[in-house]
Amino acid sequence: MNFYVIRALVMRYLFLYQRTPMRLVELVFWPLVDLVIWGNVTVFIQKNSDEKFASFVLFFLGAMILWDILFRAQQGVAISFLEDVWTRNLLNVFVAPVRTMEYLSATYIVGFLRILVTFVVMSVVSWFGYKFNVFQLQWWLLPFFLNLMIFGWSLGMISTALILRWGQAAESLAWAVPFFIQPFVAVFYRVEDMPAWSRPFAWLFPATPIFEGMRHVMDTGSASWSMLGLSFGLNALYLTLAGMLFVRVLNITRKRGLLTKFATQ
Amino acid sequence: MSSPDTREVILEARELTREFDGVKALDRFSFKLHRGEVLGLLGANGAGKTTAMNCLLGLTLPTSGELNAFGMPLQANRIEILRRANFSSAYTALPGNLLVWQNLSVFAGIYGVPNPKQKIAELMELLEIAHLQKRVTGQLSAGESTRVNLVKAFLNDPELLMLDEPTASLDPDIADKVRKVVRKVQRERNIGILYTSHNMRDIEEVCDRVIFLHKGKIVCEGTPADIVAQSSSSSLEDVFIKIARDGEIVDEPEKEKAS
Ligand SMILES: Nc1ncnc2c1ncn2[C@@H]1O[C@H](COP(=O)(O)OP(=O)(O)O)[C@@H](O)[C@H]1O
Ligand SMILES: [Mg+2]
Repeated sequence: MNFYVIRALVMRYLFLYQRTPMRLVELVFWPLVDLVIWGNVTVFIQKNSDEKFASFVLFFLGAMILWDILFRAQQGVAISFLEDVWTRNLLNVFVAPVRTMEYLSATYIVGFLRILVTFVVMSVVSWFGYKFNVFQLQWWLLPFFLNLMIFGWSLGMISTALILRWGQAAESLAWAVPFFIQPFVAVFYRVEDMPAWSRPFAWLFPATPIFEGMRHVMDTGSASWSMLGLSFGLNALYLTLAGMLFVRVLNITRKRGLLTKFATQ
Repeated sequence: MSSPDTREVILEARELTREFDGVKALDRFSFKLHRGEVLGLLGANGAGKTTAMNCLLGLTLPTSGELNAFGMPLQANRIEILRRANFSSAYTALPGNLLVWQNLSVFAGIYGVPNPKQKIAELMELLEIAHLQKRVTGQLSAGESTRVNLVKAFLNDPELLMLDEPTASLDPDIADKVRKVVRKVQRERNIGILYTSHNMRDIEEVCDRVIFLHKGKIVCEGTPADIVAQSSSSSLEDVFIKIARDGEIVDEPEKEKAS
């Protein structure tokens, strides 16, 4: 891996944001809309519940903020790739001495930077608007953040592989992939509140232990280490499989000669 | 016959075949490119020129055959080879939403160019587009953007360069400038170039040697002058038309009589 290659690829995305500040609006606007909606719902529930539940129900806002970490990481990876497709730049990158791992690393970093922007904005607004302090998760926040981001990267690679394989027709999938799994990862409710048949599926995803853990910390001040371990373990598996899928699809694309058709169409 | 080229072979294809759905876009195509040589690939649309280049760049895997660059098998040494090579085509672009200098800095970074600012300025000067640094890439004219692409292609001082129809969509004046500058840089730095074009003027001015392809097969090869001499035609353009229509370079006498 060459650090300067990754730095150059990341620089490209930074130039892009500098050139078109509208992209920043997208990074800030939708998360704010979500936050306000969930914030207002929370206020409504708080007014109609006892004191203990009223403070617990703030977890909606925590869920919103954590979900956005996953979502932004996925988008960072998928959109970085699409950006190269949209600008007919893919061929230039693929004929340059860029290793697949370097290319992917750059998209991971872009994902991380995107998260930072939304995370800061949402944390500040949820504190001043709704008295929700995301840092009440204390040091747990760190592994939560990390796990959701890594899972987002994996989903991003899966989205990208789909687009590589099926062309731009599959583009809308790039946006939809996180929402396919959202119902199963217990973002806004506990696993025990899910229909019985769907509960086993919840534990197939590394995000579920994190959302459960978040509620646990808010409730009791601590989460379970074994849950955290489960999340890291599943993440290692997903990251490996998603990486393998991406490389495999890239090779198939080369073999079939689809890369060039796709990159210049 | 010209004497054999004794310069180092920097790119070699042996029996390169590429099928798409059972149709051979390239059929046992073999050639050598020497250091400092400009080799033209000619042929009608669909003859297999771009497919050949894509295989040589590792974008498309050949169905069979062997590819070597700088004496190394291509597939296993792709990154190392690409570091010493570059590519430009009329059909790709640098991201239109960035400024010219931003795009070039990114690629200078990817290729690990030392003193990127100076290098970019130098090359832009050479291609007479120094004034375009702060322009939006997507708003350049075809001629300007071709030359910006060429700056990108020269950034890493490539020893091997693939140019796929670099002068397509250029007016004769700009095409002439592009040819001259490609030739100049090529001579100064002793670059081996694989060059495709539909413009015979291009080929005659830039290429030391040409290969005519028809349906993925080599029809003839030699210096442009040799090829015209071998055929019954009076110009390279006539040879091109003849090959595109009949798939061969000289009329067979019997056929001539029969028609
Ligand atoms: N990805 C692909 N899938 C199917 N057929 C292809 C693909 N790429 C090229 N071809 C076919 O291969 C042949 C050679 O094409 P190409 O190399 O682009 O020709 P040229 O560059 O000489 O005009 C054409 O018949 C073309 O349709
Ligand atoms: Mg072509």
